[in-house]
Amino acid sequence: MVVLQNTISKIEKAATDIRIAIIDMLLEAGSGHSAGPLGMADVFAALYFNIARIDPKKPWDEKRDRIILSNGHICPVWYATLAQRGFFPKKELLTLRKLGSRLQGHPHRASLPGIENTGGPLGQGLSQALGIALALRLNKSRSRVFCLMSDGEQEEGQTWEAIMCAGKYRVSNLTAIIDRNNIQIDGPTESIMPLEPIADKYMSFNWHVIEVDGHNVRQIIEACDEAAAIREKPTLILAHTIPGKGVDFMENDYLWHGKPPNKAEARRALHELRTLRGHIMSEHE
Amino acid sequence: MMLSPFVNPKIFEHDVEAVPTRNGYGEGVVAAGKKNSNVVVLCCDLTESTRSLAFQKEFPDRFFEIGVAEQNMAGMSAGMAACGKIPFIASYAVFSPGRNWDQIRVSIAYSDLNVKIMGAHAGISVGPDGATHQALEDMAIMRVLPHMVVLAPCDVHETRKAVLAAAEYNGPVYIRFTREKTPIITMDNAPFEIGKALVLSEGTDVTLIACGPLVYEALLAAKELEAEGIRAEVINCPSVKPLDTATILKSVRKTRRVVTIEEHQITGGLFGAIAEFLSSRFPVPILPVGMPNVFGESGEPDELLEKYEMKADRIIAQVHRLLHAAK
Repeated sequence: MVVLQNTISKIEKAATDIRIAIIDMLLEAGSGHSAGPLGMADVFAALYFNIARIDPKKPWDEKRDRIILSNGHICPVWYATLAQRGFFPKKELLTLRKLGSRLQGHPHRASLPGIENTGGPLGQGLSQALGIALALRLNKSRSRVFCLMSDGEQEEGQTWEAIMCAGKYRVSNLTAIIDRNNIQIDGPTESIMPLEPIADKYMSFNWHVIEVDGHNVRQIIEACDEAAAIREKPTLILAHTIPGKGVDFMENDYLWHGKPPNKAEARRALHELRTLRGHIMSEHE
Repeated sequence: MMLSPFVNPKIFEHDVEAVPTRNGYGEGVVAAGKKNSNVVVLCCDLTESTRSLAFQKEFPDRFFEIGVAEQNMAGMSAGMAACGKIPFIASYAVFSPGRNWDQIRVSIAYSDLNVKIMGAHAGISVGPDGATHQALEDMAIMRVLPHMVVLAPCDVHETRKAVLAAAEYNGPVYIRFTREKTPIITMDNAPFEIGKALVLSEGTDVTLIACGPLVYEALLAAKELEAEGIRAEVINCPSVKPLDTATILKSVRKTRRVVTIEEHQITGGLFGAIAEFLSSRFPVPILPVGMPNVFGESGEPDELLEKYEMKADRIIAQVHRLLHAAK
């Protein structure tokens, strides 16, 4: 399918808005993860603004595509995307992690329209997504399931139980997307626990594998189109991303995995994001 | 001894019919599957011994063989439940909910999803397999989870009814059952409801509250106590969570002393549940019969129940202690 440049530009603009919202939320919350949510903004924008069949007005419609977040700690990007897409009011984003909020520190299934699963303890999302994919198949549904995972959680045994089982059941309605940003809390993934060759490993478990630049919206959309055309196999999209993408002092620094910006850092980050590609040239420090 | 009409009249005969409670799961889940096409079964390489096999034969499209992967099974069942399915997940209780407690906590209980966890081969009576395979902590680890219902039916009939009730109930349920043939205690027409206990025999001197096949030992104990002039009330308490507080309170107001009987560690299971409830509502002396905070070992089921003091003579000894302390 040909993707118009106009469509791409709209998604990129949405991704920038999502990043700005993430910084605002994290500053207000005073805790949370920075790098992962920023790194996945383009994938989330592409899914919610183009790829997935979803309707914010009918968030639990039976015919919807399901988007499952396995590494729940990057939920600021999920919340920001859902609000940006109209699932709930944007002003609620500033309640992240606060008492009584629907925006829990890690996502709680159905606490908000669009929150399809509970996630946080790593390695659980792919099993959930596989169960959904099989139930949809039993129901003769044409809905797709997208499961977003981190690279670090490939270290969890349960992830491999689910990979093996998805291969067995040939769930072609399941597309997993790994945020391959090469960092985890204690450092670079390849020194904490070598994961490579991830693509070969998935292929050997009977998965179709596509590698993309996780900041190239066109590539993300095309990969999801390709996944939809694959029969008899689940698909893995290995999305190579830059953790902290869009904020230069956060990019590729694992120390930003698990902490929020302080006030001065947030101001710098927001300035960078708001002036990005000349969207708002008049932004002041 | 005045037995409830819901008690098998042959209960004290030597040739009382004995059937494994797991058979009740096998029958119950097929019946539930016939009633509701959303019922699905997932099993981890134990299809025959958990008695999931009958469902697999009847509904091959709704049966999922997950292999030896209990964590994945729990997570998958959560996903299926999120799409309106009613998954029964079956394995040995030491593996599920033993191995996959975190998945049950996060993906099922906290998510409040309609998954039924079937823990087979629970208790020490699994026997020769030894301590690794003797689930004696399962009720405790399930009972502490918000939203979770915990059931320990006493015989094959009650297990079948518990499975059907679980299928009708909207929310996560844990049911434990056992491997060995155990006496049929209740009649086919005995009522079963989640949150309800059943008084099997009335008495005034002590309340024996039991769950699982050891309800039989409680009845044997009550019969022997009667010969001594001690009238024990026997309550079958399959619903360990939620408890039938009304039935328990009514009995204990009368007897003012309790012995709990379970094939489980005495911490966190039935004894824990009863003690937590009564300590705040109607404090009375309570003594447990159950596994005394040790691991089991290989042996024949009867030898193990004897050695670890879960038979009628131990129940009687605990009753004597309570009555002696009262004097």
